Amino acid sequence: MLGMPTLPPPAPRGVGHLRGDESFPAAARHALADTQLRANLGHATRTIRAKRASVVAELPDWEELREAGRQLKVHTMAHLPDYLEQLEAAVTARGGVVHWARDADEANRIVVDLVKAKGVDEVVKVKSMATQEIALNEALEAAGVSAWETDLAELIVQLGHDRPSHILVPAIHRNRSEIRRIFLDEMGDVDPDLTDEPAVLAGAARLHLRRKFLSAEVAISGANYAIAETGTIGVVESEGNGRMCLTLPKTLITVMGIEKLVPRYTDLEVFLQLLPRSSTGERMNPYTSMWTGLTPDDGPQEFHLVLLDNGRTQVLADAEGRDALNCIRCSACLNVCPVYERAGGHAYGSVYPGPIGAILSPLLTGVEDNASLPFASSLCGACYDACPVKINIPEILVHLRARHTETYAEEHRAPSAEAVAMRTLSYVMRSPLRWTLALRSGRFGRLLGRRRGTIGEVPLPVVKQWTETRDLARPPQQTFRDWWADTHSGDPS
Amino acid sequence: MSDAPASARDVVLGRIRDAHRLAPPPDLPYEAIARDYRRTRSASTDELVELLVDRLVDYKARVRRTTPDELVATLAAALRDQGVQSVAVPAGLDAGWLDGSGVAVRRDRPADGAGLTVAELDHLDGVVTACAVAVAETGTIVLDASPDQGRRLLTLVPDYHLCVVRADQIVPDVPQALALLDPVRPTTMISGPSATSDIELNRVEGVHGPRTLEVVVVTSSSDSGM
Ligand code: SF4
Repeated sequence: MLGMPTLPPPAPRGVGHLRGDESFPAAARHALADTQLRANLGHATRTIRAKRASVVAELPDWEELREAGRQLKVHTMAHLPDYLEQLEAAVTARGGVVHWARDADEANRIVVDLVKAKGVDEVVKVKSMATQEIALNEALEAAGVSAWETDLAELIVQLGHDRPSHILVPAIHRNRSEIRRIFLDEMGDVDPDLTDEPAVLAGAARLHLRRKFLSAEVAISGANYAIAETGTIGVVESEGNGRMCLTLPKTLITVMGIEKLVPRYTDLEVFLQLLPRSSTGERMNPYTSMWTGLTPDDGPQEFHLVLLDNGRTQVLADAEGRDALNCIRCSACLNVCPVYERAGGHAYGSVYPGPIGAILSPLLTGVEDNASLPFASSLCGACYDACPVKINIPEILVHLRARHTETYAEEHRAPSAEAVAMRTLSYVMRSPLRWTLALRSGRFGRLLGRRRGTIGEVPLPVVKQWTETRDLARPPQQTFRDWWADTHSGDPS
Repeated sequence: MSDAPASARDVVLGRIRDAHRLAPPPDLPYEAIARDYRRTRSASTDELVELLVDRLVDYKARVRRTTPDELVATLAAALRDQGVQSVAVPAGLDAGWLDGSGVAVRRDRPADGAGLTVAELDHLDGVVTACAVAVAETGTIVLDASPDQGRRLLTLVPDYHLCVVRADQIVPDVPQALALLDPVRPTTMISGPSATSDIELNRVEGVHGPRTLEVVVVTSSSDSGM
């Protein structure tokens, strides 16, 4: 045992929201039939894409910021134990209490115990992916504690007994008249003459939540980043519900994944520029709150920080997949993804939808528990171009397809031709030169194709999943790159 | 403290070390991280004021420009136009700023055991503060809980926030703002009033924070008043 490294475990089954009830293709078929959902999503993603493009274009050093963001994340992941210990020491020195949670169950237990110790039966919450991932609200509910989501979209989702469909705008699948109906049916204290004007609906939510904010004893939040050097935690938001939760209650409990670290305070200069522009398409989000432990007379006088693993250390052990941990949850990759735009967030099953979800969920759970997700992509590469920390999502998708195929072959002792094909494809896609050469050789056409013009449904367990959502064009005689090189040979490019 | 959290700590740290041995990470020292983005831009005070005002207006904040001599009159006019009759102010706000404004001023003195309660703040019309630094490029006002800015809840509960920015507090961009800030102070960065885009992506100003943010920029030249 001693000296032999063990593969860290995945996020455990039976708790949390990382696994869907049905496979991506089945769930996506339902979504595709929902024309309202598709119209809302199309409008939303188009609007955010345009806003993002214009504020990104304002910064002449955008590419340099992306590269700095990527390198900062790569460096942090390579020194994670040191930085976590530094963070713990800094938070503790300023009066905070740090807890460690191996998985969702342990994190939920820690938070439930802390809340129960305060003797309260309700808490206010700031939108947080980590607490959705571990299904904290359900755990609190089971312990007799009501958890009030205070972000407007999360409130719409919660009152609608619904699931979020987008990281950033979780209720984007609802239109104004649906939201009005939900408020009328579920809020209790709402004016029956409520109109469906967005400002009026937002006003109703303001009134509904204000009493809760002013009386809440305990708040629960996530974190956008934690600074190892100083123990500072940061939350970015738009509505002020975050500030309410982080400032008014006596006790604050923050749950964050162990990957959310940034080495030094100065490093925020990179992420505070990358995050708002990539996510809401704003130069800066309306409110950013930062706090370091406790401050006498200002804000909560008790602070708990729960550091969550839940499969993250297994992701770290996958050399080709670990960059998924660098994600800053901006949702830019969702908004540029043609598959997400049509299928919507629910189809991904997990709380992490879109391209990042297609890699992060299977990496956290083990690829067999989310086997269809790595196939939920056309590998067009738009997500990679949009990602502020340059995560090569297409490459990781192909890697996971290969991982799945290998596991499948091992478990079924099946001939592993497709494993070989996927592994080769993965290898080839990692290099532009190899990709060009491979396209020219038509190797994949021979491997995967039949005598038809397209590679249709292939009756193999894996390739089938890959091809049934769309027909792949067979590699043409002359590739586009060759044609370009031939016809532009005089160009100095 | 029970044993469980301590052992979870060792387990998680051990898993990370195992992961690193199974998949050795690239060697990239902190000092070697490429930082080729802009960090030391400079601009004249006039340019900074123009850019800040442009960004603030774009994000639906109200803006007034004034000079040190006119500051008191400008603040009084802003409060009058907003119909504000009572304001909270932090302990260290310049006592002369609201002279003759005619509004009831409640000073928050938590250190003397005379802090305003949330319920009291909820019944006040507004709050007046200074700021720590302002970022021109993003239209951001930064508060760091210094005596002239006060506790975080002051600028959160009342529905109207009137904030005074001196021209020499404006920096070009985010990197230069962070360089001036102290990480251990509770810090709030404000870019326009509270807003949401959660309903069909329509931007609606004002959900839980102050629905109106008004910024008074104080320049020393006498020709930039409005
Ligand atoms: S993968 Fe990149 S683009 Fe997608 S949410 Fe994460 S940081 Fe944003």
